[in-house]
Amino acid sequence: MFTTDIYTINIGPQHPSTHGGLHVEALMDGEVVKDAIVHLGYVHRSMEKIAESRTYTQFIPYTSRLDYLATHLPTLGYVQAVEKLMGVEVPERAEYIRVILGELSRIASHMLFVGSLAIDLGATTGLIYCLRDRERIMDMFEMSSGQRLLASYMRIGGVIQDLPEEFFPAVDRFLNDLHGMIEEYNGLITGNEILQARCKGIGILSPEEAIAYGVTGPNLRASGVLYDLRKADPYGIYERFEFEIPTGQHGDCLDRLIVRIKEIEQSGYIIRQALKKMPTGEVRGKVPKLLKPEKGKEVYHRIESAKGELGFYLVSDGTEKPFRVHVRAPSFVNLMILPLISRGGKLQDIIANIATLDPVLGESDR
Amino acid sequence: MEHWFLNIAHWLTSWLVSLGLAPVWAEVILLVGQWTCIVGIITLNVLVLIWLERKVAGFMQQRLGPNRLGPYGFFQTIADTLKLLTKEDIIPSQTDKLIFKIAPMFFIIVSVMLYAVLPMGQDMAVVNLNVGLFYFISVGSLSTICLLMAGWGSNNKWSLLGAMRSVAQMISYEIPLAFSLLGVVMISGSLNLSDIVQAQHNLWFILLQPVAFITFFIAATAELNRGPFDMPEAEQELTAGAFTEYSGMRWALFFLAEYTNLVAVSALAATLFLGGWQGPFLPSWLWIILKTYLIMMVFMWLKWTFPRIRMDHLMSLSWKVLIPISLVNIVLTGAGIEIFRWMGW
Repeated sequence: MFTTDIYTINIGPQHPSTHGGLHVEALMDGEVVKDAIVHLGYVHRSMEKIAESRTYTQFIPYTSRLDYLATHLPTLGYVQAVEKLMGVEVPERAEYIRVILGELSRIASHMLFVGSLAIDLGATTGLIYCLRDRERIMDMFEMSSGQRLLASYMRIGGVIQDLPEEFFPAVDRFLNDLHGMIEEYNGLITGNEILQARCKGIGILSPEEAIAYGVTGPNLRASGVLYDLRKADPYGIYERFEFEIPTGQHGDCLDRLIVRIKEIEQSGYIIRQALKKMPTGEVRGKVPKLLKPEKGKEVYHRIESAKGELGFYLVSDGTEKPFRVHVRAPSFVNLMILPLISRGGKLQDIIANIATLDPVLGESDR
Repeated sequence: MEHWFLNIAHWLTSWLVSLGLAPVWAEVILLVGQWTCIVGIITLNVLVLIWLERKVAGFMQQRLGPNRLGPYGFFQTIADTLKLLTKEDIIPSQTDKLIFKIAPMFFIIVSVMLYAVLPMGQDMAVVNLNVGLFYFISVGSLSTICLLMAGWGSNNKWSLLGAMRSVAQMISYEIPLAFSLLGVVMISGSLNLSDIVQAQHNLWFILLQPVAFITFFIAATAELNRGPFDMPEAEQELTAGAFTEYSGMRWALFFLAEYTNLVAVSALAATLFLGGWQGPFLPSWLWIILKTYLIMMVFMWLKWTFPRIRMDHLMSLSWKVLIPISLVNIVLTGAGIEIFRWMGW
């Protein structure tokens, strides 16, 4: 007489905790998730097609809009890809500025991750604490480029201008306070009993599965795989810095949180070293006004973005515009494991899983 | 000062009788007056409470909170209420109209009914019921049905999930809530709330029943659907749970009722564990207000600190932790009473 049905529930695209236009179709048996289907494309802006109708330089501002939470990193990836294509030399000082701003972007992105995980689990105060600290990074971006969120600061062959005087004391003060901030997050968010109960053993991703699905970045490292492009395939001047790659053991939501908090600390160390070693000099190399790479030349360049391996694949047809640009978006690849880790969990676990995979829909839909 | 409100009541009754009204009818009119006062005070108090909650949240989150309208943003909630009052009343076409419409009304009625037995000062309970505590708990559990009505009537999966969660949660937490109060009842030997307050003349029950107080507090948080147990709403998962389809004044009624419940349960906690209206220097009605607000501040503190607990953890917390603890507490209280009696205290 009494039968139970499996019903569908649509999480998103209009939902408070899907981090943008993400649509997850969950097949539910009561509160238990039988399956989850990820629907993408709500933030599709045809970035790759736009690139074909812009010159190499004109596409730089668009790249910030890929991963807008770590604004300098996608721009860095694109700019370095074009430099590889053209064989452009970058001045020393510009390389160090790139590292400093790139790592600051990583910290900003991870701080927002910690905060958004907290609010997705219902702890509003955690978000505000993280936003408060992230605000200081945004201020530093404003000092350097006049823009807070979408800086477009990198240029092919360097950066657009030197860092201003007031940037250095600000970054010093920030790095001095960084340890205290992390202590605060650990006390308020990571150490909370309820949060641990909701994250421990939830959304477990085994290292084999993670590699099979092509997961990269902190999500992969949380599963215990020691793989960071800054060490595995160093780009720019990353060989010159000493830092550790934090890894997790269980690959659950809690590990994904802890790995990111540790990465914030490591990025702080990198910035400190870069500030110490930074030479004076030019910040922009000699680059022709109009870039025309050789016909038929193609290049793939990948960097370790805040979300994982961010790759740019450029094909040139000899004109000032690229023939094809492809973006290997880590958010897109990482999101594909959501059904795998959500199956068999509870409805509330899906929210924790989405939050700890840390997707940026602008990047995944492009 | 102590007898202000009682004097007004006496003066009103004698005036009505002097007009030639039968004493029974004078009583009825007085009762209507009392209810009007209660509803008025509740509504105005909620305005203050919402402002206070936003200020407390702002303080905890190192921001200012409302600060534009009036001193310290005090009139912000009034502006919000006016906005809600003037909003379009949207009833989705697929809803069960009757249930959808009456659910918020029932919810607020049930919440206001709680105030009937609460002694808001010496001799200041509207109805001095000898089973007051029993009445409070049984009426309080009625709000479950209202949430279920809202969730079912909305014809929305999120709402239904929220409603089912709230039913499961509130029924489970009803048990430790009632059990934790049994210790107090055993010591005072009465279900009448005024008598329970009198029994705390020398010693507050929070000192005699600390375990019961903690169990009561946790169970009450769950009963009130407040964070970290705000399952029925659960904004981040269920959008707004049982209230997803509600807007405008109907939604505001739910909000109003939740805060009304909050005040009532805080007042009950103050009455049962913190000595009710008893206290030196200040008039009794001021004491109960102060104690109620103190407990409400703790509720707010909890809500703005903790993440939301998971549904199955919530259930196991009730059945595997709170209920055994409260049962043991009852046994120990009984043994304690016997020992004290045997020692001739």
